[in-house]
Amino acid sequence: MPSSQPQRPEPVAPMSDPSSSSSSSSSSPSLVARALRHRLAWPLVTLLLLLAVNAAFNPSFLHVEWRDGHAYGSLIDILNRAAPLALVSLGMTLVVATRGIDISVGAVVAISAAVAAWMIGGATDGATSRFGLPLALGAALGVALLCGLWNGVLVAGAGMQPIIATLILMVAGRGIAQLVTDGQILTIYYPPFFFIGGGHLLGLPFSIFVVAGVFALLYLAATRSALGLFLQAVGINPTAARVAGIDARRLVVGAYAVCGLCAGLAGLLISSNVKSADGNNAGQLMELDAILAVTLGGTLLTGGRFSLVGSLIGALIIQTLTYAIYSLGVPPEINLVVKAAVVFAVMLLQSAEFRDALRVLAVRPTIGARR
Amino acid sequence: MSGIATPRARPVAGATAPARASEGGGARRLDPKYLPLAATVSLFAAMALLGSLRYDGFFSAQVFLNLLIDNAFLVVVAVGMTFVILTGGIDLSVGSVVALTTMVSAALVERHGWSPLATIPLVLAMGGVFGAAMGFLIERFRLQPFIVTLAGMFLARGLCYLISIDSISITSEAYAGLAQLRIPVGGGAALSLGAVIALGVLLLAVFVAHGTPFGRAVYAIGGSETSARLMGLPVRRTLIGVYALSGLCSALAGVLFTFYMLSGYGLHAVGLELDAIAAVVIGGTLLSGGVGHVAGTLFGVLMLGVIQTLIAFDGSLSSWWTRIVVGALLFVFCLLQRFFAIGRRRR
Repeated sequence: MPSSQPQRPEPVAPMSDPSSSSSSSSSSPSLVARALRHRLAWPLVTLLLLLAVNAAFNPSFLHVEWRDGHAYGSLIDILNRAAPLALVSLGMTLVVATRGIDISVGAVVAISAAVAAWMIGGATDGATSRFGLPLALGAALGVALLCGLWNGVLVAGAGMQPIIATLILMVAGRGIAQLVTDGQILTIYYPPFFFIGGGHLLGLPFSIFVVAGVFALLYLAATRSALGLFLQAVGINPTAARVAGIDARRLVVGAYAVCGLCAGLAGLLISSNVKSADGNNAGQLMELDAILAVTLGGTLLTGGRFSLVGSLIGALIIQTLTYAIYSLGVPPEINLVVKAAVVFAVMLLQSAEFRDALRVLAVRPTIGARR
Repeated sequence: MSGIATPRARPVAGATAPARASEGGGARRLDPKYLPLAATVSLFAAMALLGSLRYDGFFSAQVFLNLLIDNAFLVVVAVGMTFVILTGGIDLSVGSVVALTTMVSAALVERHGWSPLATIPLVLAMGGVFGAAMGFLIERFRLQPFIVTLAGMFLARGLCYLISIDSISITSEAYAGLAQLRIPVGGGAALSLGAVIALGVLLLAVFVAHGTPFGRAVYAIGGSETSARLMGLPVRRTLIGVYALSGLCSALAGVLFTFYMLSGYGLHAVGLELDAIAAVVIGGTLLSGGVGHVAGTLFGVLMLGVIQTLIAFDGSLSSWWTRIVVGALLFVFCLLQRFFAIGRRRR
């Protein structure tokens, strides 16, 4: 941390920004300028822009139609497909808020999927499950929770760097998942399980409700209780938070546990949707997408202020981007290059040094234009 | 977190270590910072002994040389990674730079008929520039190494797929000849060209780390970047140089990997960055930077190799046990590092 002062997150209201008095005319901010200052403004603008690009190239993109009691359309599809990533990003947001990072989520997705598939078993008659469905789901989520607790204890208890602590599970986790599936892709033939990731409720995919439920729980916990405030306090200054009487350790362990649980839930959605569990490939590169979604949503990786809504928007941006790449007929291989460009752009915009450098470049022409 | 919590400047180079040890507690014993390395070396010896006692044919020169031959590219990547980690950073892009190097080499040699003599310097320069660019972003704009190199990883893999989605196999005779080259080391055992290059890189890296101003600056930055800046060391140049070095090492490893696989493919070396980080940690380098040895990294890589060899010799264990064992080893070594860090603070 070279200079902590310009590293502060963007202010919510324009009044609270004392540093940029020279560059902006804060005396009479228009409504648009005010709205653009909001932390969620840029993620939302990005999402709307992507949707507009999609709609421009594909006229039926915004069309949602009601068929056989289900809603069909590209928008519904994006929501449905973004669900696992959104879940993982929500959990990741809490971890990032405590100055941490969890790179084991992809492995936890694979473990949870593998445990669920093993518990249900491969009986091909489609009617029997090795154990009851609630027990299978509970076991998968329980294992995921344990994984999260393990990470949390290593970070908060043993004091390891978060990247390294979660690297251990990232390396070992795929091995454990393959151990459970015995190196095979386990196929599931038990229809009740398919409802979680492929079923519909009130005409909408059930996975949307899962995400909405988790989001509502976390959002309420963060805004209606002091938990959100505590998380920010720990992220901004762990020592000050401890001195102020916050049990930072328990809070950090809790954040990692919730992150593990979210990843486990995402694993259930994925395995239920593809009706199988692949220990080697399920959730591959998921940790990177989730970190990208969290950053896109405006949560700084340096900890502190976080935005659950922003992470949801970030996950939707990634899925819409993927959809756009596919529907524009661009070769899907470009996906990774585009993602790389997005990450570079976002992190440069988040860097105070880069904004200062830009300002130096931008101020001169502005003065010239005003005459 | 821990990097901020320990602002004590660590010794700048290995040369100052004896002075510190004698000042410490009177009795002359092993400096604690060598303990993880000692643990790694003895664990490696123990595993090799176990393998030799349990399995016929394990104790032969060729089996041990094969550890080097099969992991030559990993040695080179891990050496570059060691420098990055010594400054307190991390480089996640190494695996994809290896893949990109194999891809570019294969495309140039096979599709455009370039000679290896022109291709190899070009891909090496490409790797160095790629790393330097990431280092520039990290240094100039104060970005987190983790995120920058993550984006670099996406970019390099994406570029592979832009060249071709499928694997391009190399039929060039020059490449095949270099790949087949075996250098006898006596007793009927032989090393491949890749292994010899890897050993050369290792020796060079040991010299750079412990015998040049650049190496001194690397250790100083890892101890405390602010102190290094105040001492007047070229922090900016060194940081960019470290990432450029890692990129160069990755590209060289990519060249060795091309010899090894004789093909270019976008899915080559997936997860190599994890292996490299694991090897560096097991080799006794502290992830918070400033403490470690390039030579330890060799033993880290050999340790990963001997685990794989043991599992292959056993036959009854499936390949995924490798990952679980490596994860467990990482866990043990990280815990060890934590205890040393705590112990050092108490003294």
